[in-house]
Amino acid sequence: MSALDPAASSPLALDARATLGAARRSVAVRDRLFVALLLVLTSIGLIVLAALLIDTGIDGFPKISADFLTSFPSAFPAKAGIESALVGTLWLMAVVAAVIVPLGVATALYLEEYADHLKWWNRVVEVNIQNLAAVPSIVYGILGLAFIVRGPLGLGRTVLAGGLTLSLVVLPVVIVTAREAIRAVPPSIKEGALALGCTQWQAIWKQLLPASIPGIATGVILSLSRAIGETAPLILVGAATFVAFNPTGLDSAFTALPLQIFSWISQPKEEFQALAAAAIVVLLVVLIMLNAVAIWLRNRYQKRW
Amino acid sequence: MRYPLITVLTFGAIAFGVTACGGDNGTTPSADAGGALSGAIAVDGSSTVFPFAQAAAEGFQGENPDVRITVGESGTGGGFEKFCAGETDVTDASRPIDEKEEVPVCNKNDVEYTKIQVANDGISIVSNPKLKIGCLTTGQLKALWNKDSKVSDYSDLGDGIAGGKVSLFGPGTDSGTFDFFTETINGHKGDTRKDFQPSEDDNVLVQGVEGDETGLGYFGFSYYEDNADRLNLIEVDGGDGCVAPSRATIQDGSYKPLSRPLFMYVSNKALAGKPQVKGFVHYVVANAVEAAQTAQIVPLTDKQLTAAKAVLPAA
Amino acid sequence: MEASSTSVREVAPSAEQVLGAAQRHIGEKLIRVVLTLAAGVTILVTLGIIASLVGETLAFFQDEAVTVKEFLTGDTWTPLFSEPEFGIRPLVQGTLIISLIGLAVAIPLGLGTAIYLSEYAPRRVRQTVKPTLELLAGVPTVVFGYFALTFFTPKVLGDLAGLDVSVFNGLAGGIIVGIMIVPTIASVAEDAMTAVPQGLREGAYGVGASRRQVSTRVVFPAALSGIVAAIVLGASRAVGETMIVLIAAGQVPTTSLDPTGPMETMTAFIGATGKGDVPTGSTGYKAIFAVGFTLFVMTLLINAVAIRFVRRYRQVYE
Repeated sequence: MSALDPAASSPLALDARATLGAARRSVAVRDRLFVALLLVLTSIGLIVLAALLIDTGIDGFPKISADFLTSFPSAFPAKAGIESALVGTLWLMAVVAAVIVPLGVATALYLEEYADHLKWWNRVVEVNIQNLAAVPSIVYGILGLAFIVRGPLGLGRTVLAGGLTLSLVVLPVVIVTAREAIRAVPPSIKEGALALGCTQWQAIWKQLLPASIPGIATGVILSLSRAIGETAPLILVGAATFVAFNPTGLDSAFTALPLQIFSWISQPKEEFQALAAAAIVVLLVVLIMLNAVAIWLRNRYQKRW
Repeated sequence: MRYPLITVLTFGAIAFGVTACGGDNGTTPSADAGGALSGAIAVDGSSTVFPFAQAAAEGFQGENPDVRITVGESGTGGGFEKFCAGETDVTDASRPIDEKEEVPVCNKNDVEYTKIQVANDGISIVSNPKLKIGCLTTGQLKALWNKDSKVSDYSDLGDGIAGGKVSLFGPGTDSGTFDFFTETINGHKGDTRKDFQPSEDDNVLVQGVEGDETGLGYFGFSYYEDNADRLNLIEVDGGDGCVAPSRATIQDGSYKPLSRPLFMYVSNKALAGKPQVKGFVHYVVANAVEAAQTAQIVPLTDKQLTAAKAVLPAA
Repeated sequence: MEASSTSVREVAPSAEQVLGAAQRHIGEKLIRVVLTLAAGVTILVTLGIIASLVGETLAFFQDEAVTVKEFLTGDTWTPLFSEPEFGIRPLVQGTLIISLIGLAVAIPLGLGTAIYLSEYAPRRVRQTVKPTLELLAGVPTVVFGYFALTFFTPKVLGDLAGLDVSVFNGLAGGIIVGIMIVPTIASVAEDAMTAVPQGLREGAYGVGASRRQVSTRVVFPAALSGIVAAIVLGASRAVGETMIVLIAAGQVPTTSLDPTGPMETMTAFIGATGKGDVPTGSTGYKAIFAVGFTLFVMTLLINAVAIRFVRRYRQVYE
């Protein structure tokens, strides 16, 4: 009898039998408690966010105006604005996105599709990437100063140098999430393509990558979110705090919103604190807009297998 | 959309390329016949001097809109490092250049400089409004703060001093203010008791002292000025009676010994080769008092102003 | 019908032939080279980090005031005092305590959110909540730090929980670090769970399991590889976090295990000293590199252990 009963040997079968008995009611109770627990846990994160945003918004909102967005920093709080910081941040994000998407996805593809995991050097690459994710961003600042601003690349204190340094900070995140996204696609999808005569790259490009876009988009969102708020590496790389002009090219000096926020927060004058709060609100709005693009991509391609 | 990834990337690349083809990056210096300068000026260094440098830069750029001036806050040490590597034209400093560590680097890279005092600064000793201490001598401060101090209650410092459990706040051990205070009061840079609460941000120290009923701390004068109604100011007796820090007493030196000069170091090469840098430095000295007032920093005295003007090569 | 099935059998190559052909194409070889180079960049980055750290670290240890023994075993860290001491243990302890507090907060919150969004939430809710959480990931850490110091410590820890904490304390730092990494853990774990094939769930429902049982006993183990990746990513971020701990946890290196008092982490030391007025080239400044190098080695070990764990428990589904 048990040979014919397919569920007999699995742990689920035991539960199935239990639910049919008097234990059914207690399982139902546990189910409800579980959902309640999940809702509580989910809400806590959202509540903290709400507290943070409300606290900041109250201070910052009144200060946001067209003038604020189109003025440059100033020693006079009434005149100060964030135009150069805002444009600088947008430039940096453009550089970061342009670098991490191809580089991150390419590395993830290499590790998932082309690398022989038994070879020791591929394992080194893997461990290395996860390690890089833990390196404090200020160490990347040191690296950026030594090799990108000075040293072999010698780009100087420019937007490109700042963008490249920030890209290094978030690259590991993109790689790890892209790998997980690629890994999560059932192998049958790719194997089907190969069986129909595709080359490996065709199978990847036409089937595997589109299927992993949602996960990759998550990684890119998380990375840009992180990069947009990074202060320490930019200071080391030479981003200034007072810049009264917009970047004129990749090789221009620049400033960024988190630098401006940090500078204003540390000023003794009370009015600058309110300006800092306003700048934070603007930063979050930019973040929402950046995220919206990536989220649209993700929702469009989200599939359940 | 059939090729979404490519489309997005191409779009991005095009948008990027269009904005990247911007105008000149302002590295070539020049001076119009009409007097308006242009070119880039890189200033970096102490965050204490930063508000002053920013006020001056803003004013200068207002008069010379084609100049691209940037001011950074990497700290006095970070500023000197970049300055001696030839990457900045002017560096802000809350202390003189270090003879042992920094001067050799400048010499190695052939960076010669001119040192200009641009403002003054004072360190105020404050306590929580509930802890009413009126005045402390430098001896008492040393007894409280030195590295071997065992003082656990303020009343141990002397008769008439209010009692309270010692709870101290001060700038981080890496800051110039810390160096200056420990050297001036305790005799050696870095000589301090271990059980105080440090913070990088003087605003945070203000909050710390405000929130602790027996809190006592030291930080830059401008941070006291902006929070004067929430803190109790302690006068310092440097040997000639109790003096409270103020613009006047810091300037004329009567608030001693906790007054210090603030500097800007200018690269001689930049002074000679970049007219915009020369113009900026002259502007700074000419407007030093006004810039300091905007930045809420203690300005130079007339005598110090004359000395600063004398240091510079002719306009 | 018969004719077409015969022709399929004749034409269809063996699997080996297909894969071989698929990889021999010259374009394929080129792509392989390009991708390998991309992966190589990450190695370059590490080499760069090591190069920029090792030089100064060696110089640090060559200084007379410093010995490797004191560095590793000493329990006082006062590198910028007039009589400096260079024992790194307080910093390592601070880092570990705060990271553990952070993970203790972030793992339940993050995984709970992930399970809810992936298994329970209606599509609309998921599409709103997930981006909202990712917004949390974008708040600059400076803001979190000040939030911890000016709101969390006095109002939540002090008034609400009634704890006797000092202005700077490790508990606030740790909890807020945890909140900061919740979106990382939640998002990545949720993606992993969403990707579990629906067939597995349906099979479980088919034998009468409740949704809770499906979530915890089918989906969770199936997505374990992604979940562990999410946690390791979060842990890495917690260990490397600078601004929050610098502002809220204080800068007093201590070997006390009490989280209600101030403590300093390795990153806080690097952040504070790196931006400060210390002359570059002094022993105090070189200490930054030594601490950075130690941090790097520590995270390498943690990650090596985690990868081994993942490899053993990963399940491949089809």
